[in-house]
Amino acid sequence: MKVEVHTQPFEPWAELARYQEQTEQLHGQYGATAAFVGTMRDFNEGDAVQGMTLEHYPGMTERYLEEISAKAAQQWELLDSLILHRVGELSPNDPIVLVAVWSAHRGDAFAACRYLMEELKSRAPFWKKERLETGSRWVEHNTPG
Amino acid sequence: MSIQVKFFASLRERMERPGDEIAAEAVATAADVWASVAGDTPLPANVLVAVNQEYVDIEHAVHDGDEVAFFPPVTGG
Repeated sequence: MKVEVHTQPFEPWAELARYQEQTEQLHGQYGATAAFVGTMRDFNEGDAVQGMTLEHYPGMTERYLEEISAKAAQQWELLDSLILHRVGELSPNDPIVLVAVWSAHRGDAFAACRYLMEELKSRAPFWKKERLETGSRWVEHNTPG
Repeated sequence: MSIQVKFFASLRERMERPGDEIAAEAVATAADVWASVAGDTPLPANVLVAVNQEYVDIEHAVHDGDEVAFFPPVTGG
């Protein structure tokens, strides 16, 4: 189980492959990998978005993500999970988040991945501030899943 | 000792500072902490509260050495 907040751009698919390769307990055991990648859009609520600043609460953010990872591992038959999230200055097309879950079978992997992503979006202390042509604005709420 | 207060995101901008340090003697709950740092400004309805990096409700007790954070609804992912 791993949780990381990245201050620099990361490549989610390469990170996923590297983690899977390095984690020996997974080898031969997993039949299902479910992954969600969130990417920055260049539009929101009808406006063109040029860039974004992502802020977090150092300490609490990591703690919260570890807590939901542990809860997912109790609720479903999981072999492992990985959550990576960007903070700092982002441009459209930059990856924001990776949630990946490994299990023997797809049902647990799909369900746990969805759970982690929804918990992250609704409770993990991150905040987005969008840069528009006309100035910047805080995103007030997330879109429903 | 004292209580460390933190503000994040739009609330930090509205408060015009990232936080405060206040004396623990005068406050018993997170609501008292807010009153101490915000004066007459009521707590905005959607603001979330954490004590020692765990979500709590506004009437949660606070103690010497605690970290109390106030922030708007989260928008990560």
